[in-house]
Amino acid sequence: MMKLCAFCISLGIMMLAAANATHATGNQPDPAVAALPRTTITVSAAASLTDVFPIIAKAFNTRYPKLSVKFNFGGSNALVEQLRAGAPVDVLATASEPTMWAAVRGGWVSPKPSHFAKNTMVIATPAGNPAGITSLVGIQSPNVLTAVCAIEVPCGLATRRLFSVNNVSVTPVTRELDVRAVLGKVIADQVDAGIVYLTDARSAGKAVTTITIPADKNIRTTYLIATVIDSSKQQAAQAFIDYVRNSTSAQSILRTWGFAKP
Amino acid sequence: MGICKTLIANKSLAGQRPPSLIIPGMIALAFLLVPLIAILADAPWGSFLTIISSPTALEALRISLIASVSAAGLVFVTGVPLAWILARDVLPGTRFWRALVIVPLLLPPVVSGVALLSAFGRRGLVGGWIYDLTGFQFPFSIAGVILAATFVALPFLVITVEGAIRSVDRDIEDAAAVDGASTRRIFQSITLPSIAPALVAGTVLAWARAVGEFGATITFAGNLEGSTQTMPLAVYTALESDRDSAIALSIMLLVVAVAILVALRSYYMPGRQRHNP
Repeated sequence: MMKLCAFCISLGIMMLAAANATHATGNQPDPAVAALPRTTITVSAAASLTDVFPIIAKAFNTRYPKLSVKFNFGGSNALVEQLRAGAPVDVLATASEPTMWAAVRGGWVSPKPSHFAKNTMVIATPAGNPAGITSLVGIQSPNVLTAVCAIEVPCGLATRRLFSVNNVSVTPVTRELDVRAVLGKVIADQVDAGIVYLTDARSAGKAVTTITIPADKNIRTTYLIATVIDSSKQQAAQAFIDYVRNSTSAQSILRTWGFAKP
Repeated sequence: MGICKTLIANKSLAGQRPPSLIIPGMIALAFLLVPLIAILADAPWGSFLTIISSPTALEALRISLIASVSAAGLVFVTGVPLAWILARDVLPGTRFWRALVIVPLLLPPVVSGVALLSAFGRRGLVGGWIYDLTGFQFPFSIAGVILAATFVALPFLVITVEGAIRSVDRDIEDAAAVDGASTRRIFQSITLPSIAPALVAGTVLAWARAVGEFGATITFAGNLEGSTQTMPLAVYTALESDRDSAIALSIMLLVVAVAILVALRSYYMPGRQRHNP
């Protein structure tokens, strides 16, 4: 009974927040949000958002000084698994649709998650590309050590789709459990190539050389964000989501880091 | 004599059972047992056999057994001499070296993996040289899995065996030396037999640590089914998509490991009693 009531209340608050969102323009502070009491929300976000989300959070905090954001980064599946176990977070941002829908089916997040960015894949090689890789065809050679994500995680599914679109058959030397681990193997020069998101390769700067994949041969992955149903900070959580989706500053930060429009 | 001592010890304990010992002891026992019971209760018994007979599970078990037994072997042949060196103050600065041996216990295993990469990766301090000379590299091969397990398991045997060697009666060793026995002969005929229980305990501990090893392995050796994916790595990978598989694999690992421990125990126990008449 208590649980049902809590659900009704949170649903009510969510609808209120949604109503607020419709009349917020995205570039002006929303007075209703600005009037919220001082609070810190926790955002569980996919590993590939590790660099960009803290920057967006800072801009968000500048617009709404009373609202702060802290992060819990990890593989999208692991984040959903934490929600199942009752992790005290307010917002979930995943790097793939299936992981978000799993959270929706579990009843842990709002049934209406929003798209906020897209990503594409690249080949990352150690600085200077010592193995001389030019395309996906090149990493089929058994002499090229390639790291990819395990198919159990979103970047691994994306990699498998990428290989099938390009009709290549690659035998990796390792299947890592998140995209940052693949990048780590490339930066440490333990492998000749790694399949990562464009944004991860960009975040590594000069430590890696990026081989791009032509758009018609590439795939796009979708990022989704939603409020957590058990959160007691629905309004602040929804304000952060609106900011990420609609504000020019958040979207331009995302572009700078290589994320595409949703 | 050994049995008599045990009997006396049991009798004196049976006489007094202070609750101040019994209660915290039982709490510790419950603390260890409850998670095990919980995971058994959570197990997908309906699909258990299907999961543990999958190629992924069997391959991971094979890799785990090969790697942990090899690591335990390497730990034994290098760790026992190291324990002797430390126990007998062979090197100057024994205390420093002993602290150094404990370092792998303190390091988060992932950091051990990073350190192993810096040392034995294909661009590593030693690994780079091996790679340039032979084209061989430890990462992404079962040799890397064994190396990682050996690194984290060594301290368990060294600490156990060193303590035992220190407690060996020096008078007997000295007497043998006076009679003209060589250091090697003394070690083989007096020291080793009297520390047999510690040798078994140290090896079993090291093996158990090697079986459960995760962080250093995934960081140093990678994660690929059929070449470097051990049971703990398979469990963690499965956890990303299928919780039931992960639990079934964990139980499979537990059952196999406990079975081996029990088998070892029944094999070594009589031998141990004969050594302490």
